[in-house]
Amino acid sequence: MPKPAEVTLPSDREVRVTRMFHAPCQLVWDAHTRPELVRQWQSGYEGWDMPVCEMDVRVGGKYRWRWRNREDGKQFGFFGTYTEVNGPSKLVHEEYFDPGDVGGPGDIGGAMPVGDPCIVSLELSEQDGVTTLACNMTFVSKAGRDGAVSTGMTDGMEYSYGRLDNVLDGQQSGAR
Amino acid sequence: MQTAERLNLTFAALAHPARRAILARLATGEATVTAIAEPFEMSQPAISKHLKVLERAGLISTDVDAQRRPRKLEPKALEEAVDWIERYREIFEQSYRRLDALLEELQAKPSTRKHTTR
Repeated sequence: MPKPAEVTLPSDREVRVTRMFHAPCQLVWDAHTRPELVRQWQSGYEGWDMPVCEMDVRVGGKYRWRWRNREDGKQFGFFGTYTEVNGPSKLVHEEYFDPGDVGGPGDIGGAMPVGDPCIVSLELSEQDGVTTLACNMTFVSKAGRDGAVSTGMTDGMEYSYGRLDNVLDGQQSGAR
Repeated sequence: MQTAERLNLTFAALAHPARRAILARLATGEATVTAIAEPFEMSQPAISKHLKVLERAGLISTDVDAQRRPRKLEPKALEEAVDWIERYREIFEQSYRRLDALLEELQAKPSTRKHTTR
């Protein structure tokens, strides 16, 4: 099993996630740029389906992802535009949070800066068959970053996370 | 104060290297403003300003009863910030584990692998 993801805060408007994968760079790139592959690993949040996974990966192309809660049918997601596409090593997009119908004060999306994009920059590099992924997310403001992660995004996932906790062990195969 | 709001203050407080250094100093025990200021090439008012930011974020507190009003670390706010990062990390890690499995699957069946040029 590869080393777990690392999260750092390089500046007060950024979050950086790094992770290694035992796979060639091209394959990790494909898994991030081909919608049928993206859907396979982005749709595994326990209790959530991913009914929308549309991606037009080219500069100026749009993408849209949406998750739907199996219990109550509520949805949220992300959408945006690709601003740099340089396969298989760099992919940059502007990401907007789509609160769908799960939003509401204290609920998912409550403090998410809906109008402000987050610049998501994905960089891949390969050495000896191991690909290092670095995903840098830059928010327009520090409050945007903290708001996004403390309520919008993580709670969006956290919504199902309580349930995920119960099935964490050995759920890897079941999650796909 | 809501969690998000409190975290905003915490991360704003942690964003400055001098304030992180102050926290590191206080991690070794309580200290007076003069003692805190000592290793820094900074005026006492500047240090006081940083202390105020840290205190507002709940990262430190002032013992008002003691003479010379020493500052001490309040670990709870820091723990909350660490928890926040950990939660964020776990969410990524969960989806990356699924990506591991997918990549493994794709490598096991190279014949079904198609490459797009972009």
